Amino acid sequence: MKLFPCADQGLLVELDDLDQVLALYAELVDAPPDGIVDLVPAANTLLLRMDPARTDLHQVAKAVLEAKPRPGTRPDVGHIEIPVTYDGEDLAEVGRLTGLDERAVIEAHTGQEWTVAFCGFSPGFGYLVGTDDRLHVPRRDNPRTKVPAGAVALAGEFTGVYPRESPGGWQLIGHTSAEAWNLDREPPALLVPGIRVRFVEV
Amino acid sequence: MCTLEVIATGPLATIQDRGRPGLAALGVGQSGAADRPSHHLANRLVGNHEDAAVIEVTFGGLELRAVGGLFVALTGAPCPMTVQLPDEQPRTFAAYSAFWLPDGAALSLGVPSSGLRSYLAVRGGIAVPEVLHSRATDVMAGIGPDVLAEGVRLPVGDPVGDLPETDLAPVCPPTADDIELRVVDGPRADWFTAEALDALVGDTYVVTPDSNRVGMRLSGPELTRSRAGELSSEGMVPGALQVPPTGQPTLFLADHPVTGGYPVVAVVLAADLPKAAQARPGQRIRFVRTPLSGWAS
Repeated sequence: MKLFPCADQGLLVELDDLDQVLALYAELVDAPPDGIVDLVPAANTLLLRMDPARTDLHQVAKAVLEAKPRPGTRPDVGHIEIPVTYDGEDLAEVGRLTGLDERAVIEAHTGQEWTVAFCGFSPGFGYLVGTDDRLHVPRRDNPRTKVPAGAVALAGEFTGVYPRESPGGWQLIGHTSAEAWNLDREPPALLVPGIRVRFVEV
Repeated sequence: MCTLEVIATGPLATIQDRGRPGLAALGVGQSGAADRPSHHLANRLVGNHEDAAVIEVTFGGLELRAVGGLFVALTGAPCPMTVQLPDEQPRTFAAYSAFWLPDGAALSLGVPSSGLRSYLAVRGGIAVPEVLHSRATDVMAGIGPDVLAEGVRLPVGDPVGDLPETDLAPVCPPTADDIELRVVDGPRADWFTAEALDALVGDTYVVTPDSNRVGMRLSGPELTRSRAGELSSEGMVPGALQVPPTGQPTLFLADHPVTGGYPVVAVVLAADLPKAAQARPGQRIRFVRTPLSGWAS
């Protein structure tokens, strides 16, 4: 674990991998140290944003060092099923990249449990990690200028659901009627860090 | 209930309050007033809670008509103000003071003499609907009320406290000279050459016109990396100096992205962020390296 100050505004904790990030996030999220404004998990870091009027780096660092994350634990925020129609424009290309046929791509996507590791890119855009590497594919060489809301996609080790229409470089494999982002819902994001997801073919 | 009718907006005018802390894990940034002390002061002058919603005006140019009389105050970048009632001579008002805007009067903001962002508070606060418990417009995430446009009518809330005894705040307007901002190295200073770390504080950077509430793009000495490769996206703070492959840093402001994939060479101290928010395109910034007291990694 490495600690990097972001001036007096945050402490960036660098960890070995996503499992460690999620375990530390799970340990801190329910009772964050005093003066912490936001916890921002990412692929191999956890940022603790702080209010410098209420705490300082020493107290935050102490809280991080004293946290005892249990390896393998993830935030306990339940699990959901997301219905998917596998008709994405890049489904054949994903088959070619993975050496699987289209049917096997769908079975690999529906056949494993995914966990939201973190959110980024845009509000409610969750990065989900699976349990095996069959569907690891690169981003598209030419990002699309417009990806519709509800598009289900793959990139790197992640799968995701576009919360709103936006540009995007991920490989599209299908679409869902589930709303990944709805401001009238609490929380507005469906795919919050730690939630476990099963994709179900429609 | 009083309302304010927007006659003209100037380059950009948005509603802002304290923003949306605590939602970064969902990909929603804090947003809110870019110059928070000015936002708070404007509210205090008209007797509001200091986090009430105000209008953040970029480089003046806002014109409003009051439907119902109300008290207003302007802080931050000091714009000359005129109040015009039909068939009367226009009257002028100065920033940092509360004054009465009569029913039917038009308030016009000129170009500020220094600084970039002004905060117009109205007694009772701007009462547009909240989105995720805030009335702030986040131009990056597209959350919150729309950017102000001609013809929009803004509802004004009911006053909650007494008007303060003081109606003039003795504050210094933002500087028109070079701006000095204190920075602390890191979190990714080790991605840069020693020459880059010297250059960051050795010369000045100019604020480019390609700047907004998300961040200020700066032009100055190129910050060269000492290592190749890509950084995994990681959480960002306001004040972060993120360095894309061009080597020209961007200083993140209120609507900065929650995560970013370019290394952050240094971060501006929280206390200096309001000064950064008042930097105009063309103005020069000098970064001053500051140690973090007692911190040894």
